[in-house]
Amino acid sequence: MTLVLLLAVPLVASALVLALPPRHAIPTAVAATGGTLAIAVIAAARFDYGSAHAMQQGVDWAWIPPIDVRLHLGIDGISLPLVVLTALLTALCAIYLGRREAPELARPRAFVALLLLLEVGMLGTFVALDLLVFFVFFELVLVPMYAVIAGWGGPGRRPAANQFILYTLLGSGVLLVGLLVIYAQTGTLDMVVLAARAGDGLSHTVQVIAFLLVAGGLAVKVPMWPLHSWLPDAHTEAPTVGSVLLAGVLLKMGTYGMVRIAVPVLPEGALFWAPWLGALGVVGIVYAALACLAQRNLKRLVAFSSVGHMGFVLLGIATLTPVGMNAALFANIAHGLITGLLFFLAGGIAQRYGGTDMATIGGGLLAKAPHLGSLLVLASVASLGLPGLAGFWGEMLAMLSAFQPAPGLDRGLFLGFMAIAGLGAVLTAAYFLVMIRRVAHGVAPPRWHGVGLLDATGRELLAWAPLVLFAFVAGLWPRVLLGVTDPAVRALLGGG
Amino acid sequence: MMSATALAAVAALLPFGAAVIGMLFGRRLPFGPAPVAVLGTAAATVLAIVVAVDVAGAPTAVWESSTQLTPTGLIPITLGVRVDSLSATVAVMVTVVALAVQVYSVGYLRGDPRYSSYAALISLFTSAMLAVVLCNDLLVIYVGWEIMGICSYFLIGHYWEDPPTSAAAVKSFLMTRFGDVGFLFGIFVLGMAAGSFRLTDVLNAVPGMNPSTVLAGTLLLTAGIVGKSAQFPLHSWLPDAMAGPSPVSALIHAATMVASGAYMVARMYPAFEAAPATLNVIAVLAVISMLGSALAALATDDLKRVLAYSTISQLSVMFAALAVGGRIQAVGHLLSHAAFKALLFLCAGAVIHAVGSNLMAHMGGLARAMPVTFVTMTVGFAALAGVPPTSGFFTKDAVLSAALESTAATAWLVIAGVLATVLVTAAYATRAWLRTFFGLRTAGSAASVHEAPWIMLGPLVALAVPALLLGFGGLRWHELRPEVGPALFSVLLAALGAGLAYVAWRRDPAHEPATVLGRLRPVFASAFGTDDLYERTVAVAVLRLARGVVGVDDRVVGRAVTGTGRGARTLGGVLRLTQNGNPQFYVTGVLAGVLLIAVGVAVLS
Repeated sequence: MTLVLLLAVPLVASALVLALPPRHAIPTAVAATGGTLAIAVIAAARFDYGSAHAMQQGVDWAWIPPIDVRLHLGIDGISLPLVVLTALLTALCAIYLGRREAPELARPRAFVALLLLLEVGMLGTFVALDLLVFFVFFELVLVPMYAVIAGWGGPGRRPAANQFILYTLLGSGVLLVGLLVIYAQTGTLDMVVLAARAGDGLSHTVQVIAFLLVAGGLAVKVPMWPLHSWLPDAHTEAPTVGSVLLAGVLLKMGTYGMVRIAVPVLPEGALFWAPWLGALGVVGIVYAALACLAQRNLKRLVAFSSVGHMGFVLLGIATLTPVGMNAALFANIAHGLITGLLFFLAGGIAQRYGGTDMATIGGGLLAKAPHLGSLLVLASVASLGLPGLAGFWGEMLAMLSAFQPAPGLDRGLFLGFMAIAGLGAVLTAAYFLVMIRRVAHGVAPPRWHGVGLLDATGRELLAWAPLVLFAFVAGLWPRVLLGVTDPAVRALLGGG
Repeated sequence: MMSATALAAVAALLPFGAAVIGMLFGRRLPFGPAPVAVLGTAAATVLAIVVAVDVAGAPTAVWESSTQLTPTGLIPITLGVRVDSLSATVAVMVTVVALAVQVYSVGYLRGDPRYSSYAALISLFTSAMLAVVLCNDLLVIYVGWEIMGICSYFLIGHYWEDPPTSAAAVKSFLMTRFGDVGFLFGIFVLGMAAGSFRLTDVLNAVPGMNPSTVLAGTLLLTAGIVGKSAQFPLHSWLPDAMAGPSPVSALIHAATMVASGAYMVARMYPAFEAAPATLNVIAVLAVISMLGSALAALATDDLKRVLAYSTISQLSVMFAALAVGGRIQAVGHLLSHAAFKALLFLCAGAVIHAVGSNLMAHMGGLARAMPVTFVTMTVGFAALAGVPPTSGFFTKDAVLSAALESTAATAWLVIAGVLATVLVTAAYATRAWLRTFFGLRTAGSAASVHEAPWIMLGPLVALAVPALLLGFGGLRWHELRPEVGPALFSVLLAALGAGLAYVAWRRDPAHEPATVLGRLRPVFASAFGTDDLYERTVAVAVLRLARGVVGVDDRVVGRAVTGTGRGARTLGGVLRLTQNGNPQFYVTGVLAGVLLIAVGVAVLS
């Protein structure tokens, strides 16, 4: 029941907010997302960590009996961290919306309703255990995100929103076909049953085709190079809260789908396509790093950095090993925390400087706004994978997993991937440090002389501090995540 | 009483705690940020000494502790320390130098608005270095290794308003991180072969490993070691790193972080011994770095850069010792170098503080005005040049003896390299000493030069003692006892080098003696143009590639994907129609698909 409540609270609040006066919209958002976060925390507290491999707190209600679609929900060690992350980030977004120094939010009721609907979709994706229910939630996310970009975005929002919806709908179409293939061949939509069968009853050819469709559809959302080109535009134009959730949660839905559905349900298909997945992942790492090195816009740089980080996640998944999956899940959470923070900071900078063009900012942020500047430095250092912060373990374990991929994969090839990923890690450090040099270090150019700059405010720090805290916790004590995901991943890959 | 391992762990954690408190509360602390920083390090120093005394009672003992940090899905990562005579001794060196630097910094950075974060970063660095020295799990060592790197980045960039300083910080981090990737992969190779990332397990497993695995693993580790210790070809970040405050250079870029490369080789010595080819590579790189950077030090005018090149050269001496089987000799030189080079940097800081310039051209004639600095720095230079009976004399001589006794293929190379370096080192040390303290006072040094405050002089005196006397402490080990023949010869060479420098300087004490090098001077001063070469090749190529990628991404990938996307959508529709399955689901599926396409079309139009 916890999980039903988890989805019901934001859903009901999303309808309710439309009936309230506009000035109550943001307090409602804070209350509803706060309540959802509390439920997620309760779910985490009631979670039996001794059997993190098993589905817990499940509900399994008939929904469309003729085709055996069931409202089948549950959490295990793979989904729990993502559920908590989603609830946390949405609550922080709601807190951030309420900051006083911000220009007033246009149409607050509509925005909040969309935000809450978005939360339903995101949480639903991570708790769904029925292929069709998963797909419905997966799709549910697109519409509010499209509307948030198109309605509240920057000057180029129209084309960006269109590109976003086009790409992701294409991906969804392909994904749906893939899920249909699985259903047609196995006669069940139950993800737990399908994972337990581990491809039993699916011929090699079917698996190869179905994996291409499912993983290909999910790859758009990841986004995997070269399907990424919707992402920089969508991020650049999206409002801050939209960017935070887009990077923090939406991107994870793609890789989560791969870990939850594509790899365990279609093991032979995974084995066939894994080298391609790994190759495109490491190409993405290096490509994104190079694109960031020559990037002139801070928000676009953060957006592109996501492509690189997701490249590490894909590399981990492609090794088809428990350590690789753990790496992918850890990197997912770390990326959600760190890149979420980076987008918050980019939003704060945009609000103060009127944009995120690095040449316009011109440097000296650390002197003009020490707290904002220090947080930017900290988040960048976390994002480049510094040990002691969350970004490290995912990247390191992804490379470790490539050192010894699953039997049946070409080890030499994956060693090559590992080496390229290592080079990409150096380039990642390079572009973040160059960015810090251009934005945070140095002296502010004459155009900002005499212009007072607001340092991070109390409300902003309230919204950002939990992300900083958890980035440190996960970095210093990786067991909090790996201890939860590891049993579940082993069970999933072991076929049970 | 707590066990030695627990004490060691607490010693490593104390500066970390001080760093956290300093970062969070900083200037709001009741007595300012300094007491927490100094006391945290002081407490760690006391504990490290207690542990070292414990170990001295049982020199061959190895005490370990271990607990699981996290599962990984493969080999778990453990947290624990490994206390033996090597790690306990080096831990004492780290904490003592860190304590000296913390105390000195209170005076050196008086009035600096960023002192509190500075002191916290020094504490964090100390903790990370102690983790590298004491921890038993290679991946945890890697964590400390990288945290040292970022602390170095932040502290080099202390004066970040200045663009070249910021650039130097970036360069130092990137060059070392490039090597560190190799280091991490080396850990993978050895750890996976051993089935454990614990140092003890890895070293125990080395004899049973495939020789090519050991070779690959140690060569990869060497990449990180070369980067961290600024050896050729990853050396050029260290001179630039001198943009940081002098106490940072003393701690990080002389005594500890840069020496951690040599420490790791000594720590994992059984693995390196099992891969003689790796040791030969190290020998060749060490000899190139040793002589090349000594020559660069001879021609450089910036006092701190002279010391930086000298650090590269002295670290090479340690690597050379390791390459010819002289593990104890290398560690001996590591310890004596830590004392005299930290001393030299802190003295240089006092001089720079007084004169207001790094350039020796602006110094001169300071001996009278700064007597304590003069005496202590003289001890430092004497140790650097290997003048008996300073510590440097004993340990450098021990390295030479190790090479003479060695049967390694590279022994002759090491002998020739060390002897040539002894000559050049004495020359550049003499030159720097004369240029700084003797001759005429120049415009920069004439005005109101004053001796540093006592809080800066205290650490100088404290470090001068081991710089002078540490060699006698090493006489317990027969490896560290001087042999008359080679010792005499190297002292003669040093005297020759010092004499040549004196003659060159004597001709005109007001001017640069390095002019006698003629056309070689700019070549040496630019470290044989290596920096320029990297800038023109690697940096330019990467940036060109990056611009290319941005161009391609804007023009090609976007459109190509949009194009294939349209195609895929059509294909998807076709596939959906041909799909066979349960009728109800079929209808639902088609409806969903049509809905999707309808929304897509509506959005696009």
